[in-house]
Amino acid sequence: MPTTDTTPTVHFTLNGTKVAPIPTTGERLSETLREGLGARDVKIGCNAGDCGACTVLVDGAPICACLMPTQQVEGRRVETLKGLRDDPVTVELGKRFAAHGAAQCGICTPGMMVSAVALLRDTPKPREAEVMDALAGVLCRCTGYRKIIDAVMGRPAGVAEGDQVGAPMPRVDGAEKIAGHEPFSDDIAKAGTLEIFVIRSPYPRAAFAFGDLDAFVRATAGIVAQLTAADIPGRNVFGVIPQFVDQPVFAEGEVRFRGEAVAAIVGTPAAIKAFDPAHFPITWTQLPAATNIATAQSAEAAVLHEGRPRNVMCGGFVQCGDAQAALGRATVTVSGHFNSGFVEHAYIEPEAGFARMNGNRVEVYAGTQAPVMDLEALEVILGWDRSRIRVVPTAVGGGFGAKLDISLQPYLALAAIKTGQPVRLTYTRTESMQSTTKRHPSDIQLTVGAGADGKLCGFDFYGEFDTGAYASWGPTVANRVPVHASGPYRIADYRAVSKGIHTNNPPAGAFRGFGVPQSAIAQESLFDELAAKLGMDPLEFRILNALENDAPTVCGQVFSQGVGIKACLESLRPAWKAERATADAFNAQNAKLKRGVGLAAGWYGCGNTSLPNPSTMKSGIRADGTVVLHQGAMDIGQGANTVISQIFATALGVPTDSVARIGADTDVTPDAGKTSASRQTYVSGAAALLSGEVLRAQVLQRMNVADDAVLAFGDGKIRATDAGGVHHFDLGTLTPDAEGYVLRAEETYDPPTKPLDADGQGAPYAQFGYAAHLVVVEVDTTLGTVKPLKFVAAHDVGKAINPMLIEGQVHGGIAQGLGMALMEEYIPGRTENLHDYLIPTIGDMPPVETIIIEEPDAHGPYGAKGLGEHVLIPTAPAILNAIHAATGARITRVPATPDRVAAAIKGLDDG
Amino acid sequence: MYKRNDARLSLSYHRPHHLNAALDIAADPAHRIVAGGTDFFPSAQQGQMAPLILDITAIPALAGIARTDAGYRIGAAVRWSDVAKADLPAAFDALKQAALQVGSLQIQNAGTLAGNICNASPAADGVPPLLTLDAEVEVASAARGVRQLPLRDFITGVRQTALAADEIVTALIIPTPPAGAVSRFEKLGSRTYLVISIAMVSALIARDAAGRIAVARIAVGSCSAVAQRLSALEADCLGKPPSKVVITPKHLAPLSPIDDVRGTAQYRREAVAELCLRAIRGAGDAHD
Repeated sequence: MPTTDTTPTVHFTLNGTKVAPIPTTGERLSETLREGLGARDVKIGCNAGDCGACTVLVDGAPICACLMPTQQVEGRRVETLKGLRDDPVTVELGKRFAAHGAAQCGICTPGMMVSAVALLRDTPKPREAEVMDALAGVLCRCTGYRKIIDAVMGRPAGVAEGDQVGAPMPRVDGAEKIAGHEPFSDDIAKAGTLEIFVIRSPYPRAAFAFGDLDAFVRATAGIVAQLTAADIPGRNVFGVIPQFVDQPVFAEGEVRFRGEAVAAIVGTPAAIKAFDPAHFPITWTQLPAATNIATAQSAEAAVLHEGRPRNVMCGGFVQCGDAQAALGRATVTVSGHFNSGFVEHAYIEPEAGFARMNGNRVEVYAGTQAPVMDLEALEVILGWDRSRIRVVPTAVGGGFGAKLDISLQPYLALAAIKTGQPVRLTYTRTESMQSTTKRHPSDIQLTVGAGADGKLCGFDFYGEFDTGAYASWGPTVANRVPVHASGPYRIADYRAVSKGIHTNNPPAGAFRGFGVPQSAIAQESLFDELAAKLGMDPLEFRILNALENDAPTVCGQVFSQGVGIKACLESLRPAWKAERATADAFNAQNAKLKRGVGLAAGWYGCGNTSLPNPSTMKSGIRADGTVVLHQGAMDIGQGANTVISQIFATALGVPTDSVARIGADTDVTPDAGKTSASRQTYVSGAAALLSGEVLRAQVLQRMNVADDAVLAFGDGKIRATDAGGVHHFDLGTLTPDAEGYVLRAEETYDPPTKPLDADGQGAPYAQFGYAAHLVVVEVDTTLGTVKPLKFVAAHDVGKAINPMLIEGQVHGGIAQGLGMALMEEYIPGRTENLHDYLIPTIGDMPPVETIIIEEPDAHGPYGAKGLGEHVLIPTAPAILNAIHAATGARITRVPATPDRVAAAIKGLDDG
Repeated sequence: MYKRNDARLSLSYHRPHHLNAALDIAADPAHRIVAGGTDFFPSAQQGQMAPLILDITAIPALAGIARTDAGYRIGAAVRWSDVAKADLPAAFDALKQAALQVGSLQIQNAGTLAGNICNASPAADGVPPLLTLDAEVEVASAARGVRQLPLRDFITGVRQTALAADEIVTALIIPTPPAGAVSRFEKLGSRTYLVISIAMVSALIARDAAGRIAVARIAVGSCSAVAQRLSALEADCLGKPPSKVVITPKHLAPLSPIDDVRGTAQYRREAVAELCLRAIRGAGDAHD
């Protein structure tokens, strides 16, 4: 018997097949499976056991493949999702995942499915607590977990009648996600592809100088090239707001935040794995840094960007009436000072991508929320004509705003161009957290008044936002906040000022809500205080002041239709009464545990603020009768592929499942704009509606049939049935165009908005969506821990195109709001991983009752409004109000971590 | 016999089946030990893979939990899931509760108790329960054979242990717990699962016929560089019914909590008093 293994080969069974890979020393099983054995259904989210995306079964037991040395599976049985696919337990579970919408972006789905199969094999009818224990090791950032729990437990799902607008049909791309087939951004490159490693600053601010990089590359085996600013053929700059394009691809001379890129190397996988950054020829000189907004605005602080004195990037302003005068005459006023920190998007898929040369063109494959913006950024950086650049989005494993900006795309393109070889790059979790955008930290002061009649009387808001080292979407936050800080209420006398401040922190950019969740915390917290001072019920106070049709917003915009906030708030009345009674009864019996019920509302304008914001949808019919939709609205898990297809199919008058879908690809699919600002259902949906209607009109005209004719496409024919009978049209009589279409429709929709004047008066959005949340929390008053027990969430979506996907958005938004309220704070250098930066786990998310309000919008397709961002806005203030209701303690700084809550409660006793 | 330059054994990843072979490899100062991998990989630095890895998970002598004349022997390759499922007396309940709260099921299926103590994090979930079990650590080396030392002497600081460069932890040795002892583990974190504790307490309590505390062992983690027993509190518990135990600042004086991203020092001091009470009463009341 050998005393030690003498061969490097490891023999084991993978999904029923004997395999014998030769791992390198200390190779992780996840790497062997993905790169050596092609098991790309194993996803990698953190490489630290924090996210569980790489869960596989070893001899039937779930483990993180990223934490197991491959050598340990010698002689053992390894199963990935692919190998479990035919297991009857998996087949049944997959159906339930589809029916419940338990997969959104799909990146955690393999880990969830594998973990759940292991549970269900032992426990076919698990209790909820057993499901939580079994799945707790897998993080999900999209779903809010409740649909996953429902699916694993086999709870009944809503039944979809047909698949037209209004039907809760399973997502059209769900089967691929649930099977683990769908290629994400790290799944494109072949094993062995040249890899890129980005050299980043260890300091928030530093000067640097390179040594002899050419010599380093020559002397390092397997390293084929270096990249620095000197390799950029175009301009070394990118950004998303034209007036604020300020971020270099590679810093030159000085870095402005920890994690900023200065150079990159390209090499073989083995060389990159062996590369020790300490050997890279660079010398750093640390410089004094401004890492908070107060320091950054001081006279002593270095100015990060020329032309932005005191590091003020820009501001926003909205004013109507006379806020000070109104506050002077108000019967009661309340004031507060509120703070929040950086929040990390924490999608489970870190940035990854692949690029290659195709002739004299470069093709970039990566996850993104805005493929055409990526192409436009590369145009500038490469200095190439756009015809030489192709951007092909992969499936996106979560975005939430951060994948609106480019991240690794320039490195991929530059490396492919310089080496002429295919290249790949996958950010580590820490690299992703350090270098990509965050939610803006906020420092907000607010005074609000009300009259004896309970009507709001004066609102004065001042907010500073830490936009970090570069502008990114900071100007958008600065603009959006004053427009939205009122919340969905009628306020005649209003003043809101915002400022974006540069610091030596990571760039803050877009994150679900663009600053509005932060301002809502201040506004909705103080509304509870106002109601208390007035002796009014907080819900009735909000209903009394709620915005209505024909009443002007703080921007003076008057909607004659579609204002649904009152209906949202009124729908909470039964739960508000019942839950408070239950909480009172509980509190009478418990000394240390106290329950409280909290409320908050929110609104959000869909689409760009007072700017053009078009989407284009192309559709066509092939000679064989196939109906094709070029659906360029990026589905980042929220369901655009399904919703846009449903709208288009309904407009054309065909089953959704009969529509062939071609996704975003800058070569073949028109620009549907970015997946941001809750605009895709509304704006791209409106374009899809037009495209479907125009295509239908062409058919009706050619066939000379009635408007209500029922159409069927196939076998080279169109069949139309109307009162006059059945008509046939032979598509073979038409000549296909260059793309193979015999009929086509390419239509654009742009929301009608008007510019804001100097006082922020105008028509910033064509529509708003509205929301109101109720939450019950239980506070351990000794330890300061807060446990949400239940949410009731009312959302005015205009028209529910797909009610199941709406519930998914509501659950997921609440989970992110819960995280922001209770546990999430990104601190550069300290919480750069998913065990120090905490996001909610499956055990943190209570049941959600979703109330769908349909107050149709005149502009939205079938009356639909956007939803994605609205959800997150009321959640955090509702939780803070519930903590106050439970304990009397007012938390003004999120996250409300146990120590902060305990200190606030103790402060009441001491005071 | 292991020889680093032996061509046949030129591999840098070794997974021996015999302890002696492992000890030979451990004598090479270049080695790093891996067991569950749950700390090994997350702490790996770019371009810094150890040149020589010693995997101790295939050695039968390090496997399994055994009842001995003097108590229990938990092999160094025993994983958290093994502990959670093991048939052990109620004095081990806190250890089992800790086992079910280490990371996630995936982590519990891989990580080992011995690895947890060798990693020597101030927040190591296994340490407070093991301290209340009066655990000793058995270590071995090729040069000096086997020695055994108390756990409280084994962990010497943040990420520091008394393990010599050529030694391997071979087992945790638990003396037979006091008759009738029950234990409880209280872990405080900012979320439900997958959480590093802000503070944690393990209490092992045995009561006399009148219901008064006859044995009290209380250990606190995440509130000092090394988790520790609170001897003054233990002494004051004796003779009292669990419901009458009161925590005083003097009891907590040995702790030296710090401010970090998980909580303030002040908060830890206050929270740990409550956790002590809950653990003591939880263990004490479990006798009823």
